[in-house]
Amino acid sequence: MTPANPKLKNRIGESLSGSRIIWEALVREGVEVCFGYPGGAIMPAYDAMIDYPIHHVLTRHEQGASHMADGYARASGQVGVCIATSGPGATNLITGIATAMLDSIPIVCITGQVPSALIGSDAFQETDITGCTIPVTKHNYLVTKPEQIAPTIREAFYVARSGRPGPVLVDITKDAQQQSCVFEWHDDEIVLPGYRPDYAPLAEQIEEAVALIKDAKRPILFAGHGIIKSQASDVFTEFVEKTNIPVASTLLGLGGFPATHPLNLGMMGMHGETWVNKAIQDADLIIAVGMRFDDRVTGNLKTYAQNAKKIHIELDPAEINKNVHVDVPIVGDAQAVLEELLPHVDKGDRQDWLTYIHELKGDSAVRDIKNLPDLGKLFAAHVIHDLYRFTEGKALVVTDVGQHQMWEAQYYKHDYPRKLLTSGGLGTMGFALPAAIGAKFAQPGDSVWVICGDGGFQMTQAELSVCAQEGIKVNVAIINNGFLGMVRQWQEFFFGGRYVATPLLSPDFVKIAEAHGLTGIRVEKRSEVEEAVRKAEATEGTVLIDFRVEQEDAVYPMVPAGANLHDMIERPNPGAHKHNPIFETGEDEQ
Amino acid sequence: MSVSVKRTFAVFVEDKPGVLNRVASLFRRRSYNIDSLNVGATHEPGVSRMTIVCDADTDKARRIEANLYKMVNVLWVDDITHKQTIDRVLALIKVNCDRDQRDEILKICEVYRARAIDMSPDRITIEITGPRDKVEGLVSVLRPFGIMELVQTGTVAMTRGVEKHDLAHPTVPASRNDAA
Repeated sequence: MTPANPKLKNRIGESLSGSRIIWEALVREGVEVCFGYPGGAIMPAYDAMIDYPIHHVLTRHEQGASHMADGYARASGQVGVCIATSGPGATNLITGIATAMLDSIPIVCITGQVPSALIGSDAFQETDITGCTIPVTKHNYLVTKPEQIAPTIREAFYVARSGRPGPVLVDITKDAQQQSCVFEWHDDEIVLPGYRPDYAPLAEQIEEAVALIKDAKRPILFAGHGIIKSQASDVFTEFVEKTNIPVASTLLGLGGFPATHPLNLGMMGMHGETWVNKAIQDADLIIAVGMRFDDRVTGNLKTYAQNAKKIHIELDPAEINKNVHVDVPIVGDAQAVLEELLPHVDKGDRQDWLTYIHELKGDSAVRDIKNLPDLGKLFAAHVIHDLYRFTEGKALVVTDVGQHQMWEAQYYKHDYPRKLLTSGGLGTMGFALPAAIGAKFAQPGDSVWVICGDGGFQMTQAELSVCAQEGIKVNVAIINNGFLGMVRQWQEFFFGGRYVATPLLSPDFVKIAEAHGLTGIRVEKRSEVEEAVRKAEATEGTVLIDFRVEQEDAVYPMVPAGANLHDMIERPNPGAHKHNPIFETGEDEQ
Repeated sequence: MSVSVKRTFAVFVEDKPGVLNRVASLFRRRSYNIDSLNVGATHEPGVSRMTIVCDADTDKARRIEANLYKMVNVLWVDDITHKQTIDRVLALIKVNCDRDQRDEILKICEVYRARAIDMSPDRITIEITGPRDKVEGLVSVLRPFGIMELVQTGTVAMTRGVEKHDLAHPTVPASRNDAA
């Protein structure tokens, strides 16, 4: 849509309809693109949109709209916006809202609501969406009068992006959209008496932390999502290099600290490398920055890092001592806290500790499938490692949820923040494609790659039409193993190998791409990977690659849910586990 | 880990529609079991006061406080469990009461500083205000007569002395200061 009016006229003081005020407010908040789906109760707003310089992306399902707003926000650091009608339109947003909530992503969702006189009457397409979304939003609002629209949207953006960010929903009744009032807009600072999101670190906590760091012999730093959110990557790297403390990342923290940095150990937790988890268990000091000790990170809390003192740098006071009891909590923005700490910490020589961790690696390099011959088969790990190599580690990768997500975290090395978008907290299948579309609008210059499974892709596959209609380019790599792979892996490990409801019949994905007027490529051998990736990069428009990978491959290492962090199911040794399909020898061995 | 005890929170919230729902939803979502909850107006226009009683150890109490503070409509939270407070419950108790039992029941009321507020030939209604244990004491003494109906409020509580909550300049949550 070409905006009919590229420059916003000054309409302050004029009488405007609530519908127009919605767009006035959004433009003034810096919104350039929004993702949505029209319907009865939001039609007045849609009708007014044509006069405003905002590009609207029509999704194929409202869940797509909330994921796109989320992807836009993750890739840009700005607030993402989605819009939907009342009732089913609004409830369809909820999965995306909950996804944003668990990963602290700032989005604002505008929903239409039935006219205020009909609220509570079970009117057509009426849902109490503010009631429904209380537990999955940072805050929400029901607006029934046009004069409330501008201040409420302004407040919604402020709440969404300040402090620990999160989704905010603004539900606007149809009559509030239709009625008019004098439009007013205030640029002064927003002060909400009950909302004080910004905490500065306390001097005595900084002192205690400095003392602990000084005395530590085996310290380890945790890089969480908070580093990316507070743009603390540079100061964090400085801190690491000054103190010489090795770094373990959470899934959402990947990219906050360069993966190829010599002090980066890799991802921790359920599918973290063995030496990372063992180093955590042997550490005498943990400095956790912007993370929340999720159960996928800690394993059994009773045996978790028992020898370590813990410093927890975190913006949200409610995360302190929630899962793991810490010795020194520092409530504050990661960047601000690290900047305060940096001048006080000593240069460290950690040679013994670093050598010890290096020795923990043992033969893991040999076990690593990335380094093993493919034996003529196509392994997901090889596909993702090759993708990393052929995109030179510079792609903006959006992953879905499951095995491919973990392989991506292990084999695609992210050196830059905001180049890996993934649903970490909620684990929402179907996230990748719509989130990637949102990310592409935020970073049109980036090479955006979706990595997803055959299961997750089919959950939101309809959004391929958006790629076609909008003429945008994302590359889609489907790691197609014919199973709901992670569930199948759990069935293999923990449920006696009974594959209940995990074998998956999929359509011909190449034809699916072609049916959308897009390019589809099938890859069945490793030798075909490079050509396919290069063709995808070179082709105009969205390209989908159907990687037909080994069906019964598993993600290693693995800490079973609730097990001790040091009790991992390690990667099979190629010598000792000849029966494992990954390592079986065949005549095709080169 | 400290032991779980009955905690009392004084929570000042904006008097807006749905705020009670938000607070109740927080307790439900985080599995904090509410023992009693009372809401009412304060002397400040636009500010309501909740008294929430629930079981929690020290860590959990801090998290409850911090989570309450995160809510946009919550102005001020005070964990008054270990402060000098006045706690009150109001109960109305309707008891079976024959003519010859009246004197005995009225004497019991005197002991508990309760009042008879309604009477008919075979029943008597008693009003009592006081700390929860006092009300429970009266109820157990009256039970043998046959309680026909009982209604009681949740606890309302206030600190003694002149500790003033400055709602215009609320403080930050205590949890940020505590290593616990």
